[in-house]
Parts: sequence; C-alpha cells; structure tokens
Amino acid sequence: MTRADFLHVVPLFILTSASILILFSIAVKRNHKVIYVITTVSLLADLFFVLNVSAKTTNWIEPLFVFDGFGTFNVALILAIALAVTMLSYAYFEQREERKEEYYILLILATLGSIVLVISKHFVSVFLGLEILSVSLYSMIAYLRKRERSDEAGIKYLILAAFSSAFLLFGMALVYTVVGAMEFGAIAQYLSNHPVMPLMLLMGIGMMIVGIGFKLGVVPFHMWTADVYEGAPAPVTAFIATVSKGGMVALLVRFFTQVNGHHESILTIFTVVAIASMFTGNFLALQQTNVKRILAYSSISHIGYLLVAFLAGGSLGIEAVSFYLVAYFITTTSAFGIVAGLSDKDRDAERIEDYRGLFWKRPWTAAIFTTMLLSLAGIPLTAGFIGKFYILAAGVSTHHWLLVVMLVLNSAIGLYYYIKLIAVMFERQAEPASDTSTELHPYFYAVSGITMTALTLTLLWMGIYPHGMISFIRTFIASY
Amino acid sequence: MVLVWLIVVLMAGGLLAWMSNTLHRDLPRWIALVTMIVGLLLTVMLWWQYRASAFTVGADGWLETYSVSWIPEFGISFSLALDGLSLLMLMLSFFLGAMAVLISWNEIKDRVGFFHFNLLWVLAGICGVFLTMDLFLLYFFWEVMIIPMYFLIGIWGHENRRYAAYKFFIYTQASGLLMLLSILALYFVHGSATGQYTYDYRLLLGTNMDPDTSRWIMLGFMVAFAVKLPVVPLHTWLPDAHSQAPTAGSLILAGLLLKTGAYGILRFVIPLFPAASHELAPWMMALGVLGILYGAILAFAQTDLKRLVAYTSVSHMGFVMLGAFSFNELALQGVVMQMITHGISTGALFLIAGILSDRIHTRDIERMGGFWNSMPRLGGISLVFVMASLGLPGLGNFVAEFLTLIGAWQAHRLLTVLGAIGVVGATIYSLRIMQRVFYGAQPLHQSYQLPDLSLREKLIMIPMVVLIIVLGIMPQYALDTSRAAVVAILKGDRAIDHDAPTATIKQGGTHD
Repeated sequence: MTRADFLHVVPLFILTSASILILFSIAVKRNHKVIYVITTVSLLADLFFVLNVSAKTTNWIEPLFVFDGFGTFNVALILAIALAVTMLSYAYFEQREERKEEYYILLILATLGSIVLVISKHFVSVFLGLEILSVSLYSMIAYLRKRERSDEAGIKYLILAAFSSAFLLFGMALVYTVVGAMEFGAIAQYLSNHPVMPLMLLMGIGMMIVGIGFKLGVVPFHMWTADVYEGAPAPVTAFIATVSKGGMVALLVRFFTQVNGHHESILTIFTVVAIASMFTGNFLALQQTNVKRILAYSSISHIGYLLVAFLAGGSLGIEAVSFYLVAYFITTTSAFGIVAGLSDKDRDAERIEDYRGLFWKRPWTAAIFTTMLLSLAGIPLTAGFIGKFYILAAGVSTHHWLLVVMLVLNSAIGLYYYIKLIAVMFERQAEPASDTSTELHPYFYAVSGITMTALTLTLLWMGIYPHGMISFIRTFIASY
Repeated sequence: MVLVWLIVVLMAGGLLAWMSNTLHRDLPRWIALVTMIVGLLLTVMLWWQYRASAFTVGADGWLETYSVSWIPEFGISFSLALDGLSLLMLMLSFFLGAMAVLISWNEIKDRVGFFHFNLLWVLAGICGVFLTMDLFLLYFFWEVMIIPMYFLIGIWGHENRRYAAYKFFIYTQASGLLMLLSILALYFVHGSATGQYTYDYRLLLGTNMDPDTSRWIMLGFMVAFAVKLPVVPLHTWLPDAHSQAPTAGSLILAGLLLKTGAYGILRFVIPLFPAASHELAPWMMALGVLGILYGAILAFAQTDLKRLVAYTSVSHMGFVMLGAFSFNELALQGVVMQMITHGISTGALFLIAGILSDRIHTRDIERMGGFWNSMPRLGGISLVFVMASLGLPGLGNFVAEFLTLIGAWQAHRLLTVLGAIGVVGATIYSLRIMQRVFYGAQPLHQSYQLPDLSLREKLIMIPMVVLIIVLGIMPQYALDTSRAAVVAILKGDRAIDHDAPTATIKQGGTHD
C-alpha cells in the first residue's frame, strides 16, 4: 500500500478507530457527554480530512475501492449528515432513560458502511458495506427497547433487510456465473462485448435491483418504510432516510453508469418503479395522520423523483442527482430533527395534533418546519425547488416526457399533504388545549437549535443562490 | 436599478412590518402604508419622467432595464425591464396595495405583523411578475406570490377558509408547474437550435420551432395564465378564494392577481408563440366568450355578495381573452384598459362588501336591503362602481369593453356579438346588487346599526371613485402609456439579434 493509498483510506480508519475508542471509553466510565464529543470530533475531523487532505485526483485501491470526485463528494455528504444526526441525537437521547452510549458506536459504524458503499467498485465491498450498514441499523432502530413500536420496527427491518441481502447476493452470484468477475469494470467490459444480454445475466441484475429496491424503499418494495420510520427513534429515522438511502442511490448511479447498464429492459424496469413510487408514495401519504408516516411515504415518492434524474443520465443527470440528494438530505434531516426536538420522553411528536397552532407557540420551530415542508414540496427560495428544477431540466433535456409529466403531476398531489401540515401549524387556537395530559413537554437544547438553524440557512442559501452549491458539485463531478 | 428598488422596498417593508409587531400593535400598518406610498410615488415619478417621450425610449422600447447574472450554470439572470404596460400595472399594484392596507386597519386584529408581511410579499411577487425578463425568474415570482396569498386566505379568511386556501394553492401551483415544464422545454429547444442556453425573454423571442412543439409549449404557459385569469373551465378556485379571503385579500386577488394572468398572455404567450397563438386564437376567443356569458349567469344566481362579485370577475376577464387573441391594437388597448378598470371597479366592489360585512357580519344579500337610508354615502359610491361594472359610458370600464369589442369585431364577428350580449348580462347582475342591498325595504327581523362611512373609509373610496371617472373621461393618459408596449407586442420586434454581442446577458452553460 503506497502512501497515497493510505491517505485515501484514512477516512475509514478514523471512523473505525473512533468506534473502538468509544468502546473503551464506555468500559472505563459511562458518560454521555464525553461519548458525544468523541463522536462529533471524529466526524468533524473526518469531514475536514476528506474535503482538504484527500487528493483531488482519482485513485484506485484494487480491486475494491475507487476514490473519485463522485465518491468523495458522497463521502463528504454522508459525513456531514451523520454529523447533523449526531448533533440532533444528543438532545433526543439525553431525555431518555435507556443506556445511550452504545448508540454512537452503531451510528459511526453505519456511517462507515454507507461510505464503503459509495466508494466501492466490486461486489464484495458492496456487500461488506451493505452489511455493516444494515446490521448497525437493526439495533439502532430497536434502540428504545421499552417501546413496543421500536422493537416491532427493528424486527421488521431485520427480516426484510436480510431478505433483500439474500436477493442481492443471489443476483451477484448469477452475474458472476455469466461474467466470471465481480468488479464493475469487468462487467462493463463483458457487456460491451456482448450487445445481447444473456438471460442469466439479466436475471442476476434483476435480482440485484430487487435487493437495491428494498434498501431504497421504492415501490413495490416499500412496505417496510412507514412502519420502520414510525417505530424508530426520530434521529435514527433521519439517518435511515438520508445516509442509508443516499449511499444506495450513489451506488446505483455508479454501478449503472459504469457498466453502462442503460439497457432497454432495465430502463423500463426503473421507469415503472419510478412512476409507481411517485404515485404510491404520494397517495399513501395523503391518507396518513401520523407525521412520521407522512414523511415516510413522501420519501418514497422523492426517491421516485430521484430516479427520474438517474434515468435521464448524462452529466446533467448526475449533477441533478447530487444536488437533489444534498437538498433532500438537509430537508429530511431537519424535518426529523424537528420531530425529535418536539418529542418528550414518553413518545415522539408524531401526531398531527402535536403540531396544531405550533406557529403561535414556537414560531421559530414552526418556521423551520414550514421551510422544510416547502422545500419538500419544491417551492422557490428553498433548495428543494432548485433540486426539482434540476431534475426536470435533466428529464426534459433527454426527452423523458412521460417521467417529467408524472413528476409534475405528483408534485401537485404532494402539495396537498405538505400544505395540510403547514395549515395545521398556522391554525389559530381559540383556547388552550383542554387535554393537557397528551401535550408534549420537550426540553430545548442549544445544540439542536444551532444545528437546525445551520441546516435551514444552508437550505435557503442553496435555494436563493444555488450557484455556490452547483459549482461545488461540478468541481467534484468534473473528475468523475 | 429603480426596478430592483421597487421589489426590495416591498420585501424589506414586509420583513420590517413583521418584526415591528413586537414594538407596537399598529406599527406594521404604518410601515406597510409608507411602503406602498413610496412605491406609488416612485412609479408615478417614472410615469412623469417618460411621459414626454411618449413611453418610447431606446431601440426596443424598454424604459428601464436591469440585469445581473444569477445562476450562470443555467443561463439564468436576475433581469428586469419596464415598459408602458408594466408601468401601468405597477401603479395599479401600489395604489391597490395602499387601499388594502387601509381597509385592513380595523378588520385585521390579530397577528398584524404577519398579515402585513404576507400582504407586502404578495405584492412583491406580483410586481416581480410585471417586471421580469427572465422566464426562470417569472416562475420564481409566480410562486412567491402564491404562498403569502395562501396564508392570507388560510389564516385571516372567513368560515370556510381552509378549503378555499387549499384549492387556490393547488390550482395555481399545479398549473404553474406545467408552465415550468414549458419554460424548460423552450429553454432546451432554443438551446439546441442556437447553442445558446438562456432563459432570457428577449433572447427567446423569435425562437424557431416546429408548429407542433410550439403549440404544446404555448399550451403549458396558457394553462398557468388561464387558471389565474381565470378562463372558464379552470375558474372554480376563484369564487371560493374570493369569498373566503379577508377584504384586503379579495382586493389583491381581484385587482392584481388575476391581472398577472392577463399580463402573462400579453407579455409571454403572444410574443413568444405568435404562430401558435394565431392558430388557436378562435378557440381562445370562444373560451373568453364562454367565460363572459357563464360568469354573468352565475353572478346573477349568487346570494353571497362576495361570491357574486367574484363571478362578475370571471365575466369581465372573459373580455381579456376575447381581446388579447384578436391581435389588433384597438383590442389590446381595450384589454389593458380592462385590466386597470376592472382592478379598480371590482376591487371597490369587494371593499364595499367588506365595509358592509364589517357592520352587519354577513355577506348574504337576502339579509340586506334598504341600506340607502342609513348609509347614503356608501350607497352613492356603490352606485358609481355598479354602473362602472355594467359599462356605463363615462366610467373606465366602458372604454375598456368598447375598445375590446370594436377590436374583436375585426377578428371574429359572431364571437363579438355573443360577447356583447354579456354586457347585457352585466347590467342585470349589477343592478341586482344595487336593488337588493341599497333599495327596497330593510328586512323586518333585522335591526342593524349602520353608521355611514368613516373618515378612513372615505379616504379609501373617494380616490377610487375619482380614478374610475378620470379613466372614463380621459382614458387617453392610460392609452398613451401602454400604446408603445402594445404595438411592440403585436409586431413582436423586441427580439435581440442572436448574432449581436450581448454584453449584459451571460451565456448559459451547455449540457447535452
């Protein structure tokens, strides 16, 4: 291993050593604050390292990893969001009585898994990353053991994720049988030599799509999403919705771009999946009364929107995916951050009732949540709008008329439930709520407040002056 | 630069009004009022300045322009321009804006700061639409005016406000998204034809497209503007939104928001897609006539005063469609006049409905009657606007409808005749307002305390009366202002030559 190789894997080392350090630290003395600081500092150091020290040139560590602009960008993004989730987690878990310290180990490991996903170029590293991510997530989801919902969600995720891994593995095996290699480059070469795809290979890729589809929560593999989102602790939900799904999206883009898998039948599959996800997600979200479930179903449709940019392909498509991911990550993290911030130790703030008249009680919290919902709905001045605009531009430039029209139609449907939530927050309350026993009594923590403000400002900055983020993305993608 | 100031003043005033609420309860009102007056003065000064040159300056007739690069990756610039048409609309906006602040003085009692924030931001969005020269920016301002309006209806509206607010939002937003698709399509069509990827209106003018593409793209724009205008099958949000909004909201909706649809047709649809517009013109005119007649019939059937006025808007706005697609100067000048006079006369009718419901807490005209005795001044003023609404010569609306009909006669006789029948309908429903509310006997079981107009209310109504009479007797002032702009729309000669160097406009990135 050369020195350059070593520099590239340092971000992975930092995370692994941080988790070991936390383990030792817990063995000495349980202290939430210390563990929290270790986690924050190591994530910050990692982020700093990735952005500044990692060489800007593409580098390979054969045969597993590739460190290119796209990968580095996604690593940085995942680290930044993991950092935000950590910040939000402190306040959330501090109020709860369960042992909190081990949570951070799992968080760091899950982040590591997601990072491995976005830089891998070999089936083995893909599977390793995926398992590190999933196994950590099982326990994170069920972390609040005393809650029935949390346990249920954990078990559900365990079973379905195991299933999807099995599909993925079987798919990889089939691809390997035909191609005789597990590296993306070798598969690409095979495909370019064989214009007609053998049935076995197609089946293999199809099964891999099933596995990936489960992780992304796209229709028809979306059933777990709502239950898991609802049952998991709010910061963990934010983590699943962003880091876990985002890593998978990046992998998807890398795999299909590199193996040039824009094959007719595969494109058809993804088109159907995208349209079905948009419609199912939006229609189911319309019928929910639980905020976490609304956000869960809306995330299904947002992955559908992302697939439009993915299907559009080309450099504009990849830029659109990257920009949308950033916007979507910030929005989702903050939205669940709000849910976490309003929750108290008995239950999460997930009923629509908890938000009634929020604007008049906690104007800043409500303003931030409104901004996030408007961003999800794709209204100007927010990053969500520029993201949607980017995707539409990518779709129109490659003449995917069906997809863009579906996207527009779904944006209109989606508006309804975002607006409904906003309307609830702005509702006038004639008298104080009669039933005070159901009201939540959350504590306010400055860390959460600062994090939320920072996220909101970033979102507005990206919405008002997207030039900065676009050129940032372009400098990374250029070396892709 | 003054153009940027117009928008910045409104946005800053809005933020200031919101924040000042904690200092004093009435401070937001004063801030909002001062903002509106400053804006009005600025626009009147501009008008005075360019009156001497008959509103034609420079080669392509823009009085003022401003452009700065915004998102160079996409060829998006923050680019504004003013001509006679936009100047008229801006003056109307600030005038009605000031009236909206005054009418809310006693009506809006809670969350005064946030109310005025929304009011000023709606106006900022509207002024932006009237000024924008960049299609991306057009969409941007189009959305900026929707959200505050949604809050105005949804928070301070009447009993059924939630439903009305949803409906308004979803209609306008969904149609706006179709416009966004069309804007993108135009961007890529233009880009792939010329290699220049830009959203600049002046560069996109005269884009070569095959007729099929052109028709689809035009329809995308048209849907957004038709919902706002509203054109009949797409009008159902309007009666709900108008009747549920607070008085100031109804005033802004009827007086200004609908005008953005009309403005969009004049400024964007016709110049950008001349061939497709000509091709579809008979259909568009027919829709206009349908709106005129249908609106008139439904207006006659209403018992809710605000709903009644809302349907008269549907009817009056039909003339915009009829005139705009006649493609001659007379008709287009009529449309411009209609935009202004309708803004004032219908706005005034909403104010009257607001003043009445302030006193009797109902909008049901079955429960009104004989109010002339106790409120002769309000009665007299209402008579003026009712007459304006039915098109009495000497008042502004007559000029507008007359010009539109003369112009439309040259384009399509049958439709013009049908449209003219609508004026008869207007007489019937307008007189019904007078008859039901101010004449006859007061319903016996109702005993209302009916003070006549207060000083503040007089301060609102009298300028509007003066304005509608001035526009009726001396329409030439307005017609002169918009003439150069209207001629330019018809000739479609404002396109910037593609080969000419364009200093202020950045070339967009190229993606294929």
